[in-house]
Amino acid sequence: MPEITSRRGLLFGAAAVSAGALLTGCTSNEPSDSGDEPAGKDQPVADDKPGKQVTIGFAGPQADHGWLNAINDNAKSRAEKYSDVTLEITEGSNDTAQQIGQIETLINKKVDVLVVLPADGKALTQVGLKAMRAGIPVVNLDRIFNTPQAYRCWIGGDNYGMGLNAGHYIGEKLKGKSGARVIELAGLDNLELTKQRTQGFDDALKNYPNIKKVARQAAEFTVESGQAKMAQLLQAQSKFDALWNHDDDQGVGALRAIEQAGRDDFLMVGGAGALSAFQAIKQDDGVLKATVLYPPTMAASAIDLARALGQSKGIGGLAEFEIPSSLTLYSAVVDKTNVDQYMSTGFK
Amino acid sequence: MTQPVSPPRDSSTDKVPQARPPAWRGLPARADVRTLSLLGVLAALILIGGITKPDEFLDSRNLQLVLTQASVIGVVTVGMTFVIISGGIDLSVGAIVALASVWATTVATQEYGFAGILFTAVIVGVGCGLVNGVLIAYGAMVPFIATLAMLASARGLALQITDGKTQIVTVPSVLDLGERDAYVLGVPPLVMVFAVVTVIGWLVLNRTTFGRRTVAVGGNPEAARLAGIDVRRQRLYLYLLSGLCCGIAAFLLIVLAGSGQNTNGNLYELDAIAAAIIGGTLLTGGRGTIVGSVLGVLIFTTITNIFALNNLQSDVQQIAKGAIIVAAVLVQRRTASTT
Repeated sequence: MPEITSRRGLLFGAAAVSAGALLTGCTSNEPSDSGDEPAGKDQPVADDKPGKQVTIGFAGPQADHGWLNAINDNAKSRAEKYSDVTLEITEGSNDTAQQIGQIETLINKKVDVLVVLPADGKALTQVGLKAMRAGIPVVNLDRIFNTPQAYRCWIGGDNYGMGLNAGHYIGEKLKGKSGARVIELAGLDNLELTKQRTQGFDDALKNYPNIKKVARQAAEFTVESGQAKMAQLLQAQSKFDALWNHDDDQGVGALRAIEQAGRDDFLMVGGAGALSAFQAIKQDDGVLKATVLYPPTMAASAIDLARALGQSKGIGGLAEFEIPSSLTLYSAVVDKTNVDQYMSTGFK
Repeated sequence: MTQPVSPPRDSSTDKVPQARPPAWRGLPARADVRTLSLLGVLAALILIGGITKPDEFLDSRNLQLVLTQASVIGVVTVGMTFVIISGGIDLSVGAIVALASVWATTVATQEYGFAGILFTAVIVGVGCGLVNGVLIAYGAMVPFIATLAMLASARGLALQITDGKTQIVTVPSVLDLGERDAYVLGVPPLVMVFAVVTVIGWLVLNRTTFGRRTVAVGGNPEAARLAGIDVRRQRLYLYLLSGLCCGIAAFLLIVLAGSGQNTNGNLYELDAIAAAIIGGTLLTGGRGTIVGSVLGVLIFTTITNIFALNNLQSDVQQIAKGAIIVAAVLVQRRTASTT
């Protein structure tokens, strides 16, 4: 990134940063790339210069699957990079009452800033409010509280955008093919995010009149369910051109079912950004050609935001004096052309 | 066909002689009406599938698919049926499958190849069953509580082992077993295992003293004890058996999904109990059949298959599934009481 001195120039410069760089470092003069953590690549961490000591309390759900695990890792390794940051991390819990208790403990300890990824956003709103009233700014990570009063800044992924970008990618790949058939392997259907992903996907496909979505089944974000539902979908649709799978974890099972059925006559796009998906995309010897990100690096960015809040600094690369109240991350499409850049962010 | 397993006290209402004489010498002469009505339900489902999606449903590949998908939960259900017949319950089956599947797919275990994975899965299953059995039989714990505790601990341990990560299997011989090339005369190896477990389960329940003791313990434990049955040891063996089935199922799941994950076996306990109950096993113990349970599993798997082929969404699927469970039980009860 070139250094641009004027404020408008800075704004413009930030917009020009390639996909994924929407995540910006906190106090930096230089936009940092979302793809640099947690593997400790060489990109400079936003303003490494130690400032005021900040204690950040971090509370997340139980890391019972790869993505959440990567969230914890990203937060920890980002905090370790700063000599002026002390991270108070709680034992992850999916139990709302327990998570509320943990956050209250952090409030009582008088941490400077809180980063909270709620097990259930709505249910944890009250404790977010409590922290804000106690003068502790809250960075709400991904699963959003009921009211903006409960957080100073929200940062999270874009489920609708995931579907949108997956749809556009598939649309462009199938351009010119008349009567193209597309199927969707969705995630857990009783989650709102699944509906948003599907909505985005459908909206994108509307731009391509030659494409018709012929089937959709919902798995449960697990390998087992991915295998089971994909096997059924393959049996139901003897011929289709593209598949979008919401989640790379269940994608492991879906790929297994595809292999077992001996099918390779379509292109597959994944979701989330697991390491195994990146590796398959890089090898390029199967149906999986791309995946749309739901980047766990957001936890590292949340630490950046929390540190900036604690040090009363603005955000680098933007003209504003204050940190934005909300940051929606971009769901970049990772395919063979840019997979190397994202490889280190892949989660297991 | 099956021979019903019932204590003498309610056998008169449960069994009717089959209308025509047995076609094969040596096979049981009587069929459980419940089993027949289940076959009716399954036939109706096949009719629905055949009408709505003739090309996709009535296809040998689809039959292979349905039976393969049924095999993992099917093996678990066979073990569960024994436990329920004995008046117990095993809520930990899903968690044991999860634990066995992740333990058997760690990097360390995979170094030992096919045998290492199979051995670990089975031993972990049996080990968990042993703990359940000892707690219930000799620790005098209520099965519901003991197996609930096992559910929690086994899931926790599975999470600790995987650290939430998906463990991908890289042993070719294990993966190959789930591929089309491994099918023998069109029968997937997983389905063969399911069939063998079913046959052995049927033989043990209907043709051995172990089976008769199981029914006796479930029907009236006190009478069984007075009749000289070591009720506690019998219970221990039954939970061991359920654990063994979970271990085998875990191995099948590893082959099927090519991986181990701590989320494996999610809600298997409910699926297995539901299949057994639909199959005519009495939740209070004392009565039940292996064939009924297996038919219960097949009914569930067929429903899921028909729904997926018709592209019904999860909400409709769940509503319909609930309705079909109720309908199946009502049909069964009606047939049983009118004949």
